[in-house]
Amino acid sequence: MTLPVQRPRSFLERLFIPEILRGLYITLQHGLHNLFHQDQPTVEYPDMRRVMPDRYKGAHRLTTRPDGKVKCVACMCCAQVCPARCITIEAGEDADEPIEKYPVQFQIDMLRCIYCGYCVEACPKDAIRMDTGIYEINSFTRQDMIHDKAYMTDLMDGKKPLAEKFYRDQPDQAPAGFDGTQDRVVSVDDSRGL
Amino acid sequence: MENHWAELIVVLIKCVFSLAFVMQIVPILIWAERKVSAYIQDRRGPNRAHIMGIRAAGLVHTLVDVVKLVVKEDIIPDHVEKGFWFAAPVIAMSVALTTFTVVPWGDSLLLPISVTSLWGGTAAMEIPLQVAQINGGMLFILAIGSLGVYGVMLAGWASNNKFSLLGGLRASAQMISYELAMGLSVAAMFMLYGTARLDQIAAQQAGPIWNWGIFGVLNSPSFDPLVLIGWVVGGLAFLLFWTSVFAETNRMPFDLPEGEAELVAGYHIEYSSLRFALFFMAEYAHMIVGSAVTATLFFGGYNIPFLDGAAIRAHSDLILMVLGFGGVPVSLAFAFIAWRRSKRPFYRALAKNDIRHREPRFFISMWTMSALSALGLGVVGALGLVGGTVLGPELLAFALQTGSLFIKVLFGTFFMIWVRWTLPRFRYDQLMDLGWRAMLPTAIGTIMLAGVWVIVREAVHAV
Repeated sequence: MTLPVQRPRSFLERLFIPEILRGLYITLQHGLHNLFHQDQPTVEYPDMRRVMPDRYKGAHRLTTRPDGKVKCVACMCCAQVCPARCITIEAGEDADEPIEKYPVQFQIDMLRCIYCGYCVEACPKDAIRMDTGIYEINSFTRQDMIHDKAYMTDLMDGKKPLAEKFYRDQPDQAPAGFDGTQDRVVSVDDSRGL
Repeated sequence: MENHWAELIVVLIKCVFSLAFVMQIVPILIWAERKVSAYIQDRRGPNRAHIMGIRAAGLVHTLVDVVKLVVKEDIIPDHVEKGFWFAAPVIAMSVALTTFTVVPWGDSLLLPISVTSLWGGTAAMEIPLQVAQINGGMLFILAIGSLGVYGVMLAGWASNNKFSLLGGLRASAQMISYELAMGLSVAAMFMLYGTARLDQIAAQQAGPIWNWGIFGVLNSPSFDPLVLIGWVVGGLAFLLFWTSVFAETNRMPFDLPEGEAELVAGYHIEYSSLRFALFFMAEYAHMIVGSAVTATLFFGGYNIPFLDGAAIRAHSDLILMVLGFGGVPVSLAFAFIAWRRSKRPFYRALAKNDIRHREPRFFISMWTMSALSALGLGVVGALGLVGGTVLGPELLAFALQTGSLFIKVLFGTFFMIWVRWTLPRFRYDQLMDLGWRAMLPTAIGTIMLAGVWVIVREAVHAV
């Protein structure tokens, strides 16, 4: 059953045709603008990427000491606080006197991770960070989705706080498809009143 | 008698040509539908598929779609009514194509070296550029066009599926409602033209633009009551006819038969693979034929405004020159656009060895070649190489007039796409309300006005 809704409409509105023409004019404006300006907000993803904001929580990495060892002291704070229980740490004894403890294994199951960032907050040694800006966390096997210590240490070659920023500074080391010459944040022109 | 074989061959060639005319537009339309919808909605539309790096603004996606539909599994559900189910897409497609046979795409082609002369004839052969010259050409379109509903109805019923059946029911109710308004608006135009033959209708609209059907078919631009009534009749008949064409082709404001929100996909839920492709193509073929018929009835058909067939034949060299030399800057402008596109951030973001870097280079060279060939065309015209020949002006007239119809059809179908992405779908009761309580009375009123037109013409102009 349809309930008739009474709307006050003028004769021209009830004729439909002027209103249809008005609608057609609006859509034509959009179509022609996009045809000539090609400034749609679309980011042509695999070829172009948005630069992630600095505080974007991307893939985890393990920070290192100047000598190359991981900063992690296997205190298990992150594993404890993790709501997804995705961090597995196997502690071992470090011969270096002041360090004493280090993680023999440090695994994060990225399939279970919810990217809450609690592990980063909980860490007393600033040993784990999510500042890579990497959001393409995928693989063909489940096993590869478990990031281990070696992977997370090498993730940014131990020197890239933000992949984009690093590659922009060192374009010769950038991967194929990276455009270092310009900022790839696609801005939407608000003056069009979209 | 000896000419019959030649005529048969000519008719076969014309059949193939008209089939090609419709079928070549279909992939363009599928592409245009996607691209226009994308641009209207501030998206980019298809632009990933490419052949050797040439993406052609997403045209390759249409080819990819064809391959996909051909190699897809053709699922025949157990519960369908086999005979009708198989027949339905064929009916839908063949009906859409059959209606094009009476649409003229140019005035008669006079071939001096006639095919008939091979069989002993001597006279020049006059080939009407229309597959079938039927006296009731427009009536033929109405008759065959209304058969199109059988495809939809049979598909809906034979699918043995509630949603399909509802779609088929809606289609039949809708088509019956709008066929009335369509037939009546066409009747008003018959009174203006005094004939139902589409070739005669198109011929009457030759010459200046105010001879077009939408302006009431007048061969003299004078301001007497006749002109005013003609404008009203032509305009109203066009509005009614064009709206009915939307309803007949199941295009957007009237696409209740496949209303995906309520009916999943309507009558073609159970179809897959090429059978679905047939329905899909039938919809686009319907759009093309609807636009062609509308162009013929209201927008001069194959005629170019202010340039009738005789004028083209008389000034063929001049026209070629204008077209050729005019085409050079246009082609160069497109080459420039292609070059400017190559500076887009997208191409800078690509790797150095990415195959898609070829695309701007390809298009720049294509448009440069086009400019060169346009230049050649202009030189041919300037040297006067065509006007003197017997065949040249004829072929030029044929090309220009068919091109004119082609452009009109493209604009009509573009308009349909444009409307689709502008207007929301009607509710069923609104649809019936519009059909029976708004369009039918208006159509009857238009016929009465057309009657007044005929009386005034006979009284004032004593024709």
